[in-house]
Amino acid sequence: MKRYSVFAIAREALRHHMGWERAWASPEPKASYDAIIVGAGGHGLATAYYLGKNFGITNVAILEKGWLGGGNTGRNTTIIRSNYLQDPSAAIYEKSRSLYETLSQDLNYNVMFSPRGVMMLAQTHHEVRGYLRTAHANALQGVATEFITPARVKELCPILNIDGPRYPVLGALWQARGGTGRHDAVAWGYARACSAMGMHIIQNCEVKGVRSENGVVTGVDTTKGYIGTKKLGMVVAGHSGQLAEMAGFRLPIEAVALQALVSEPIKPCMDVVVMANTVHGYMSQSDKGEMVIGGGTDGFNNYTQRGSFHHIEETLRALVETFPMLSRLKMLRQWGGIVDMTGDRSPLISKTPLGNCFINCGWGTGGFKAIPGSGWAMAELMAKGEPGPLAEAFNMWRFKEGQFIDESVAAGVAH
Amino acid sequence: MLTLECPYCGVKACETELSPGYEAHLKRFGPGSTPEEFEAYMFARKNPKGVHFERWRHTYGCGKWFLAARCTATLEVFGTYPAQVSGPPPEIIAKIQARRPGWTPDGKATA
Repeated sequence: MKRYSVFAIAREALRHHMGWERAWASPEPKASYDAIIVGAGGHGLATAYYLGKNFGITNVAILEKGWLGGGNTGRNTTIIRSNYLQDPSAAIYEKSRSLYETLSQDLNYNVMFSPRGVMMLAQTHHEVRGYLRTAHANALQGVATEFITPARVKELCPILNIDGPRYPVLGALWQARGGTGRHDAVAWGYARACSAMGMHIIQNCEVKGVRSENGVVTGVDTTKGYIGTKKLGMVVAGHSGQLAEMAGFRLPIEAVALQALVSEPIKPCMDVVVMANTVHGYMSQSDKGEMVIGGGTDGFNNYTQRGSFHHIEETLRALVETFPMLSRLKMLRQWGGIVDMTGDRSPLISKTPLGNCFINCGWGTGGFKAIPGSGWAMAELMAKGEPGPLAEAFNMWRFKEGQFIDESVAAGVAH
Repeated sequence: MLTLECPYCGVKACETELSPGYEAHLKRFGPGSTPEEFEAYMFARKNPKGVHFERWRHTYGCGKWFLAARCTATLEVFGTYPAQVSGPPPEIIAKIQARRPGWTPDGKATA
């Protein structure tokens, strides 16, 4: 892999940019690997990357049914924050956010991490109390957040209407070091680094079955034939239920559609991320000038990667109320992704009933922010066969034990 | 936009008039059950990509709960039926099998 640098740009500028290499190779699968990861989205690629970087395991294949980063990694609203209430969540999301800070240098690939600040509006007294509690919890967890006044909210985001009419802004939970990143670049950067370590990224290769002997995984049947493996990592978000069924177990997960949309590009008008959970919408402005908007999930199982039409109206209605200047803006594109929702809205990074088979899923509506931390924890689990401190609480047996990591109320609705 | 016919009042209602209730025909477990049974009842879900049976409530209509047979991969609706049953009725199964040959009601969706 040739390093990207200012010298590389100068060199290529002098020879009509004919010397750029492909960012990653597309090899045919070998007969077997030390580890196979199913799903070449952000989480799967990050898992592979940290398997190589932290544990020296590079005889790894990453299998992808479609194209790299074409699932939820390419469909989210790129928000990065770690202001969670529960300790296990704060630990893994803060690890993730801190890894994002140096990810561009680490991968030698610009992931455009922009720590512009994330603001979660409190628009009811219940929310004020909730966010005050979260701010205190974050202080104890070592996560830098603060509860700010409406005047400060207006100062940070002048286009916000803080006076109501229905829901005046009563304050906000502010995480100055949260922000956004370039979602595709995160997948591409990890893929390039994995390929450089000699790992095989195999696209258009769908897993059709999981084979095992004496309760231990031995390989997977794919559309490109059988591939043997010593360890299997399932990192497929919305389709985790299908893969778990192939491996012979069930998950506490329902797959539903979540949609997002972007407006036509406009001049820079907001330089923070705003989440308004009471009216249910969240928004930031991309570097292209589009307003990137997310809203609520559908309430029913859905694998179609498109959401219900009425959610667009509900989300925009909420945002027009919060940002009156949006009312004449045209929406450009709308899309959906299949999110994997657990009962407590926290993920699974876990061993499974099948030996040497591990699962990382259940990130629901908020997976993008967790990509580096999730990969870090999953790589440790796969390499050692036992969870490290980041993953321990996220085992799939916590539901049986009643040890929920309940973020469904604490995180509000929007992730 | 999903449209389901309420089997009680016969109204064809769009999803904004309905509340979703997720998986239908769950076997309930009470006091004396094992942790595994409680976990299966409360959390483990079929979550199929294909034929699915769901609970819905006609919230902004008659207010009653009913059940629907639907495909989660195509959003096709096979039919709706009253909730006072422990499994999908034969006519609903026949409708599904007419559209999904080879499908069987034991949870193995072939769609």
